[in-house]
Amino acid sequence: MRIAVLVTHIRPEEKLLISAFQAQGVEPDVILDRDLHFDINRGAEQLAPNGVAWNEYALVMERCISTSRGLYAAAILNAWGIPTINRYATATVCADKLMTSLVLAQAGVPQPQTRLSFTPETAITSIESLGYPAVLKPVTGSWGRLLARVTDRWSAEAILEHRETLGDYQQHLYYVQEYVNKPGRDIRAFVVGNRTICAIYRSSPHWITNTARGGQASNCPVTPEIDAICQQAAAAVGGGVLALDLFETPEGGLLVNEINHTMEFRNSSAPTGVDIAAEVVRYALEQAQAVTA
Amino acid sequence: MSRTAICPECEAELALAANIMQNELIACPDCGADLEVLSLDPVEVALAPEVEEDWGE
Repeated sequence: MRIAVLVTHIRPEEKLLISAFQAQGVEPDVILDRDLHFDINRGAEQLAPNGVAWNEYALVMERCISTSRGLYAAAILNAWGIPTINRYATATVCADKLMTSLVLAQAGVPQPQTRLSFTPETAITSIESLGYPAVLKPVTGSWGRLLARVTDRWSAEAILEHRETLGDYQQHLYYVQEYVNKPGRDIRAFVVGNRTICAIYRSSPHWITNTARGGQASNCPVTPEIDAICQQAAAAVGGGVLALDLFETPEGGLLVNEINHTMEFRNSSAPTGVDIAAEVVRYALEQAQAVTA
Repeated sequence: MSRTAICPECEAELALAANIMQNELIACPDCGADLEVLSLDPVEVALAPEVEEDWGE
């Protein structure tokens, strides 16, 4: 059974995944996204950059740090009948905050109040309908980049003018969320297939708690409530291998903030005691075996 | 087999981990520059690409 791992480069996560495949007796082929050149008019019989026909792969694990490269590669491979983790249908929803919010709303999954506007004027209306402070986010992006906590009309006008003047068209889509008064932390939960395998608290004095921004990871027990909302949200976006960011509300509830489809987990196995790479690889091999059976 | 490389940013000598992989990202311990190991035999190290707008999880 041939497995490929598609990467932009090798980060700690990809190294852990490759080792986990090797521990299962599978030597995956590492394919760099920079080397890809797809002939769209031909199918899966064409050769990957390493000289292996794409249709020889039972599964491609998409681990590109470049979201756009990963999405298009998954779209093409899935169109050719080659399974990927994650599937394009799931990845394209998770890569777009608005699409994620939309499917969560349709599925009745609790999430922060969310608005979308297309002009600075209507964005002010969106923000003020939620009340200050509110959070302005780009619809795409990661690691907490370009998030703004908008505290009053003057800061709203300044941020919107900057985005309108300096940003590309994506910055002219105004995705606004209510500010959730978190208890100095959020929850990052890891879903593999139909299991919530572990979760961490990400604690920070900053309102942005991403570990990429200095949030500290510690174990978060997976309660029945966490498991339930994670499974509901994962199903809403199509399932797979996902990292869900949850907010705890002052009232004791949980909200799904974001869902990540190429999750980073280098800081999460140690505090949780769960070998996340091994869990992901076990699931990947089950999926590949189901296809080849 | 111990491998070494020269940081293209500060010219420090880097000792590469025994299990280093091709295309792995590393940080220069002297200057902190992000580097990518382009090849292992011979060892070739270059500055890692700058973070792009669509990079993330």
